[in-house]
Order: sequence, then structure tokens, then C-alpha cells
Amino acid sequence: MAQATSQVTVDAPRSPYDRRKTTRGNFELYSWVFMRASGVVLLVLIFGHLWMNLMVGEGVHAIDFGFVAGKWASPLWQVWDLLMLWLAMIHGTNGVRTIINDYAQRDGTRMVLKGLLYLAFVVVVVLGTLVIFTFDPCPTDAPADLLASFCSAN
Amino acid sequence: MPTPAGTLYRGREGMWSWVAHRVTGVLIFFFLLVHVLDTALVRVSPEAYNAVIGTYQTPIMGLGEAGLVAAIVFHAFNGVRVVLVDFWAKGPKYQKTMLWVVVGLFVVTMAGFLPRHLMNVFGGGH
Repeated sequence: MAQATSQVTVDAPRSPYDRRKTTRGNFELYSWVFMRASGVVLLVLIFGHLWMNLMVGEGVHAIDFGFVAGKWASPLWQVWDLLMLWLAMIHGTNGVRTIINDYAQRDGTRMVLKGLLYLAFVVVVVLGTLVIFTFDPCPTDAPADLLASFCSAN
Repeated sequence: MPTPAGTLYRGREGMWSWVAHRVTGVLIFFFLLVHVLDTALVRVSPEAYNAVIGTYQTPIMGLGEAGLVAAIVFHAFNGVRVVLVDFWAKGPKYQKTMLWVVVGLFVVTMAGFLPRHLMNVFGGGH
């Protein structure tokens, strides 16, 4: 008989079972964890935001340039809004990414939609971050009655 | 068509809460994009920001804000339910019960929010 050169490799006895046979990494696991962790933080941040802007005082009617200036005069609300911006944008972008992956069946459609999504993410996060850090509560060329009271304090 | 009780996920509370979570999530995301852009107007001028935020204070937009808050409140409470289903050992067993808890908390929260907000929108103001 001709000798059959078998290439079948047999695992050594008791070698651990490799559940994950792909090389795709753990991205989707981290994304799943992030959605839950950021969701809980966002619940607190957004409920606080809605309380301050819609429930206290005159609610939505009290919001104007001076109101924003008054809030961002405090580092607490700067950090609050910055954290809310970043977490909400990552959470929302990741959620819409999941939905695009679920419903857009053609590769091209999926790529275009996700390209637009990531573009919107970068534009909104960069713009929002710059606005929080470069905000001038008392622009010199603006009418004083539109500004927060602390602008004319001294 | 009769549905075998307790075996199908499709078409029952689990599926509809999942659908509602997606729909409210997408609504909130698109509002968020617009909301960052309108807030960015504080870097243009006080007049530009006040003009645009003034349109948020009309009755029609006031109703829109009520809908937005409703979407956020449902998404938030149902999100906590999703976390409990995933991490709490008895979560999957009580997922239906927890959905009705979510609905109850939603009703209570909106009952607290709506009168206050609608008074701000329709009563007096500017």
C-alpha cells in the first residue's frame, strides 16, 4: 500500500477549546459594554440638563445668550456639557452604526451611510468642544442688555 | 394565527420595546446633531443665538420638546431595563414585568414634566 501522507492535525489531548476562531478582535464586545456604561451616565447627565433648562424657573422661556453665559461661567456646567456632548455623540453614533449594519444590505450603501455618520460625528464633536472652550460670555461689540449681568459688573 | 405562549420573542413586549428603543434612539440622535449646531451660534453673536432659540419657544416647538423629552425618558428607563436584562441574573425572567415598570415610571415622570413645561410654553412667558 502506498503510504497516505495525511495532513490532518489533531490537537493535543486536553488542549483548551478555542471559542473564538476569528481575528476580528473584541471591538463589538467593548462597544456593547460602552453602550451600557455610557447609557447609565447619560441618564444622570441628560436628566440634570433637562431639569436645569426646562423645569427650573421659566423653563424654555428663560433660555437665551445670557442664560448660556451664566451656566458656562461655572466649571461644573462646562465639564457637564462637555462630558454629555462626547458621551452622547459616541453613544448615538454607535447606535446608528448598529442600525445601519442591520438594515443596509448592500456594501456600498452601508459604506456611504457610515461615512456620512462618521463625518457628522467629527464635525459635531469638534465644533461643540471648540464652542465650550472658546466661548466668550461678554463680547465687547454686543448690546449690554443681551449679556449676562456679570458682564457689566465692573 | 395562534402564537405558542412563552416561546416566541417576535411580536411581543420584548420586540416592541426593542423597536421603540431604536426609534427613540434615532430621533434623539438627530435632535442632538441639530442641538449642538444651534448652541454653536453662541460663538456667532448673542443676536443670532437668541433669534434661533426664540423659535424653540413657540407653541409648536414646545409640543416638539414635549415629544423629545418623552422619547428621552422612555429611552433612558428602557435602557436601564436592558442593562438589568443583561447583567442581573433574574433580568431575562422579569423582562416583561420590568417593561411595565418602565411604562409606569414613564407615565409618572411625564405627569410631573408635562404640566410644568406646557405652562412655560403656553402660559404667559414672553
